[in-house]
Amino acid sequence: MTQAPTDTLAVELCGVDKSFYGVKANDNVDFKLAQGEVHALLGENGAGKSTLCSILAGLYRPDAGDVFFEGEEVTFKNPKEALASGVGMVYQHFRLVSNLTVAENFALGHPDTGVRLNQKEIHKAARELGEKYDLPIDPAARIWQLSVGEQQRVEILKLLYRNVKILILDEPTAVLTPQEGQALFKTMRQMAAEGRSVIFVSHKLDEVKQVSDRVTVLRNGKTVGGVATADADTRELARMMVGRDLVLPTRDTVEDFGDVMLSVKDLHVPGDRGLEAVRGMSFDIREGEVIGIAGVSGNGQRELAYGLVGLRKPSAGSVVLDGADITNNTVLEHIDAHQGYVPQSRLGMGLAPGLTTDENLALKAYRSPPYSKGRRLVASAFRDEGDRIVDEYDIRGVRPGLPIRLLSGGNLQKALVAREIELEPKVLILRSPTRGLDVGATEQVRNLILKERARGVATLLISEDLDELLALSDRLLVIFEGEIVGEMPAEEATAERLGLLMSGQVEEASA
Amino acid sequence: MNESLLMLTVMAAIGLGTPLIFATVGEILTERSGILNLGVQGMMLIGAVAGFWATFTTGNLFLGVVIAIFAGAALSSIHAFLSITLRVSQIVSGLALAIFGTGLASFLGRAGGNPLVGNPSRAVFEPVFTGSITEIPLIGPLLFGQDLLVYLSWAIAAGASYYLFHTRMGLSLRAVGEDPASAESAGVNVSRIRYTHVLIGGALAGLGGAYFSLALTPTWQDDPIGAAGWIAIALVILSSWRPGRAVFAAYLFGAAERVQFTLQTLGEPWSDIPSTLLAMLPFVLAIIAMIVLTSGKRARYLGAPEALAIPYFREQR
Repeated sequence: MTQAPTDTLAVELCGVDKSFYGVKANDNVDFKLAQGEVHALLGENGAGKSTLCSILAGLYRPDAGDVFFEGEEVTFKNPKEALASGVGMVYQHFRLVSNLTVAENFALGHPDTGVRLNQKEIHKAARELGEKYDLPIDPAARIWQLSVGEQQRVEILKLLYRNVKILILDEPTAVLTPQEGQALFKTMRQMAAEGRSVIFVSHKLDEVKQVSDRVTVLRNGKTVGGVATADADTRELARMMVGRDLVLPTRDTVEDFGDVMLSVKDLHVPGDRGLEAVRGMSFDIREGEVIGIAGVSGNGQRELAYGLVGLRKPSAGSVVLDGADITNNTVLEHIDAHQGYVPQSRLGMGLAPGLTTDENLALKAYRSPPYSKGRRLVASAFRDEGDRIVDEYDIRGVRPGLPIRLLSGGNLQKALVAREIELEPKVLILRSPTRGLDVGATEQVRNLILKERARGVATLLISEDLDELLALSDRLLVIFEGEIVGEMPAEEATAERLGLLMSGQVEEASA
Repeated sequence: MNESLLMLTVMAAIGLGTPLIFATVGEILTERSGILNLGVQGMMLIGAVAGFWATFTTGNLFLGVVIAIFAGAALSSIHAFLSITLRVSQIVSGLALAIFGTGLASFLGRAGGNPLVGNPSRAVFEPVFTGSITEIPLIGPLLFGQDLLVYLSWAIAAGASYYLFHTRMGLSLRAVGEDPASAESAGVNVSRIRYTHVLIGGALAGLGGAYFSLALTPTWQDDPIGAAGWIAIALVILSSWRPGRAVFAAYLFGAAERVQFTLQTLGEPWSDIPSTLLAMLPFVLAIIAMIVLTSGKRARYLGAPEALAIPYFREQR
């Protein structure tokens, strides 16, 4: 690494506890951050990394434990106090006001005493800062006009504009192409070389190995250990993170698939702001085939899914399912045509958070027997079917009569996927099905998907997780600004090749 | 239409529009913080009765205005507490405030041994300037024939516009209304901004109410403000949450209210139109404006604060 970190401690956390709704997100966590180092926080999703960072950034207050900042005990009551002390965080979901300009986001909450907002001065400072860190931005652009990668740049520069001493980056590479990730690592090293401390949150071992000086591993909310990155062996880190040796299931290679089950031709779907978000996509999915859609989020993935399942009317093109044109069908007609859909937000769109697990499992099938007799619902069928599905799909933590939102993320996702599979789908549309799940739940969900594939279901997997895409897809399509810019069998796909396509720098003629 | 009749209509539109400017600019500032306060009608009425009472008791016009401002702010503090601290539904809380304020104002007007109702005000706002300057054609009466509160309404609209778009506080306000979570991460105190601007909204609504009872119709009656409070809420949308535009929107509605009287004086065939039909004009105009402004693609450029009417929890996950 470029420069050895100093021994001076920037931050120390001792015995930090934090619970949400009775679940311990942080359990007696210890963490030491030296000045001038890039310190990786490694752990699975749900291990408590984000919670720990949010405590450090003043967003959450710990239930117990002490936080020492430059040797002195502190309690940050809110993010403002943390910022004033020089601790800033780039959250996974960016904290930028999307209707304001870049410069206005810089000025927002800045402790300058002036009453007047001097736009010119802020524009100049923003531009200079961008040049210094080789992160060019347009100060007059509104946030919603920027790509996700650019927004992240704004977040980082916003903190440097405040001259923070500690930068916390929560899963920063999740939204970037591999190439953008490399550029970010350069910036991180530059900031460390200036004597700032960087906390880099990740669950990707190779990134942690590449950029960090030290690693602290969290598992189930507890500190497993801290090591110098140079001394750490990847296998050992993996074991610390997961707690056991674990190999996630991947598909076996299939030579020939069945007939075309879903055929999409020149599909156009409007976006939220009136412009087209999907601009002429065409592809076929055959029986037993998994097609993966790779791309940086916000390139039309959401609209593609909406257009395919009837949530948004396509402006042009056609969708044919098993020989029947379903382009302009209603959502209910899509369900009746045996099309399953797992949306990205489990509790937002997938499940009704306030209803029970039994009710949620029947949410798409309740109109027909055994759930309904004529116009009446059959309570016993809800119970019996619910019990059967919960049992069959290993959904844990279900308590009769209580709302489903009390389940953990993994069990919510199993319930959601189970409900769709119970419809005996011919086509499954999945959006980031294992996002935010721990390794155990990821394994189970992947197995469910592969079992459906073996049954002959045509699957569309829309995801931002390259590992997931490479493990499950037979063929990969790359989406950029609503168009397919590349297509390849999974065997020929590499992270580098996909990354270049995802960033829109290269276009490969689709086969 | 002859010149003097047009002038009369314009002057009346300014008079009727002035309380709407106060209330609309106030509600714009409140809504820009992400809080929807539907209680404008109640706050205006409380301002009207409190201001009238203070002036009626002391004979001091300015004391009346000050008391009206405090009364409006006091009533809005109920909404602030319910919607910001307790996070109840802002629709329900705001409507309750409107009903409560209406009833309370009517009650206060009739209470006591010497009730206010039916009494004229002891002091009235008069045009500031007199003499030859007001006799300049057109701009004389328009610019120099107004009372103090009209000038104040211009200053408040201009000031609010500058505040919103050219000061740091204004930036914080806009950010809180758009995205409170991001604003808080940037170090903005969301609750404080919201409380402050709900109170400012209440204060300006109270001031608008007092304009009715101390300038426009300076006699206490049960229903001195018509539906001004409800129209102000519509004007917020019509002016797309911009204080500068609120002035024009308010005068447009002032003119719509005045037109029925103007048409009466024009004689046949205009005077044959039933006056009840013409009295509907402002409301029909409001409905049409809403439909035109909120339909199709225009709605996207309207600029409603994204977090409007959504309660904010910090530790929500």
